[in-house]
Amino acid sequence: MNAPPRSAAGSLWLPLVLLALFAAVPLLGLAGSPGYVLSLASRVMIFALAALALDLILGYGAIVSFGHAAFIGIGAYAAGIADAHGFGDAAIALPAALAASALFALATGAVSLRTRGVYLIMITLAFGQMAYFVATSLKDYGGDDGLTLNTRSTVLGSGLLESDLAFHYVTLAILAAFYLFCRVIVMSRFGRVLAGIRENPERMRAIGYDPYPYQLTAYVIAGMIAGVAGFLLANQAEFVSPSYMSWQRSGELIMMVVLGGAGSLHGAIIGAAVYLLSQEYLAQVTEHWKLIFGPLLILAVLFANGGLTGLLASLRPGKPDPSKSKTQTISDS
Amino acid sequence: MSTALLAVQTLNGLQLGLLLFLVAAGLTLVFGVMDLINLAHGVQYMLGAYFAVVGYRLTGNFLFAILIALALAMALGLVLEFLVYRHLYGRSHLDQVLATFGVILFLDEAVKAIFGAAPLALPGPEWLSGSIPLMPGLLYPVYRIALIVAGLAVAGLLYVLVNHTRIGMLIRAGASNPAMVSALGVDIRRLFMVVFAFGGMLAGFAGAMAAPILAVEPTMGDNLLILAFVVIVIGGIGSVRGAFIAALLIGLIDTLGRSFATDLLKLVFAPAAANQIGPALSSMLIYLLMALTLFIRPAGLFPAHRQ
Repeated sequence: MNAPPRSAAGSLWLPLVLLALFAAVPLLGLAGSPGYVLSLASRVMIFALAALALDLILGYGAIVSFGHAAFIGIGAYAAGIADAHGFGDAAIALPAALAASALFALATGAVSLRTRGVYLIMITLAFGQMAYFVATSLKDYGGDDGLTLNTRSTVLGSGLLESDLAFHYVTLAILAAFYLFCRVIVMSRFGRVLAGIRENPERMRAIGYDPYPYQLTAYVIAGMIAGVAGFLLANQAEFVSPSYMSWQRSGELIMMVVLGGAGSLHGAIIGAAVYLLSQEYLAQVTEHWKLIFGPLLILAVLFANGGLTGLLASLRPGKPDPSKSKTQTISDS
Repeated sequence: MSTALLAVQTLNGLQLGLLLFLVAAGLTLVFGVMDLINLAHGVQYMLGAYFAVVGYRLTGNFLFAILIALALAMALGLVLEFLVYRHLYGRSHLDQVLATFGVILFLDEAVKAIFGAAPLALPGPEWLSGSIPLMPGLLYPVYRIALIVAGLAVAGLLYVLVNHTRIGMLIRAGASNPAMVSALGVDIRRLFMVVFAFGGMLAGFAGAMAAPILAVEPTMGDNLLILAFVVIVIGGIGSVRGAFIAALLIGLIDTLGRSFATDLLKLVFAPAAANQIGPALSSMLIYLLMALTLFIRPAGLFPAHRQ
């Protein structure tokens, strides 16, 4: 089936509203406990950034990576290890996080992207587990217990990020910048080739595009963005732990993307927010919040095909439903 | 002493491999026949152990406990199939991964709410307690030997069932071309239910049998699930024979790697470096093996010929 062209201008209001909401969070926090609200909002934005990266390859490239949390961990460990050696400045730690996640993405992507379908899901899972076990064996950097940062990264010598409020807005700026970056990628020639490969790799090959370099490039870009998210997460929590890259985390990232609606970019941000906030809310209602959350996830998968952005789009008459643009497997049961 | 250690670790590896096979067999059948990724298979294994604990508390008899665990594990498989999995056939793998992830969250938490997060213990039977000398200076627990024997027996049973019975023929046919099987008049829904319940029962059996030597806790299924996925991917999805060989391979490599990698590295590297690299390398070993296998044979060692 043919995908209707996504109108760029028509879907711009939603991401703008989202970013504005994040910008307004500190005002909201003045009433209650500002520390808690700010740290929760920052965490949501950080995972939104990682989910955004995953959506770039999952939603647009049809690369289902079940090891994407590894990049968060690598970025976080780059920040943590740089800090442990006294290089706590973002000018050193951030490039280190980018380089480490790019290298890991290049090496694992080069192998993983030769496989398809289920095997791709499984091999990315395997690489994620490898990264996890390497982290647990880093005895000099806390091993299983993780590593506490001395301070948040300085920015060219200034302690700007020490303030939760400043950190909030820096994170927001980074999220907005990467959202724009991903949007540009998706609308570029490169992004169109990627989407073409998602729809029909054989046909793309027939008209002269080898999918492999395009998918690998997208994979490395997504890995690097998730690495930035990891760098931010380490600074937000002032703590790094192997659990950042557990396979459950990778599953949660996929959940965020699909919950929000894969292949829309802002869907990933919505998904991350809904996922983390409903988790937070349910955890306050009952200690056994997963008893409610688990079935909710199942229901969301079974009935909300196309995610929340899909639901939103289908509410507006005349707008194409993004969920319909993707090839859907036909049920034979 | 080193040969004794090698022998013990080989037996341990064999035992882990057979345990993995019991879990992976169900996983690969469900995967092969229904084209369904069931992440919750590890939870079904974990629940098998809990069911055995419940059975033991009710009856005080190990054999009855295992039988109760088998029955409950099968019932759980049927309930899950009816409530969730039935709606996932034919959906994308992504949807299946997510929905079964939800099942994991729910069942994990349910176990924590009912039994608490602290590990429980299931005492092994009296008649399988103690150790026997396998060779001079080498004592090996009887229960672990019984576990190996039981694992091999189930593997043999499964071989006969899959290769020499009518239902096995249907399962193999379903793994290679489900649409054709359905067109030939086989009730594919019932076949799916049977396969799912049977796979769940195998996982439950593995959990129940492992309960006396492991701590029965909610997280016990997580790592085993990932290992089982490694097994079925290396073995070739849908192939029981591949799962058997890959399971033994993984069990042996993982166990032997953990005990000997550091010593072997010391032959090449400085001791300090070997102590650093050894543990990391040994826990990565099986994932390296999987990546290498997929790199050379993208569909595993024994790919089921799916149309």
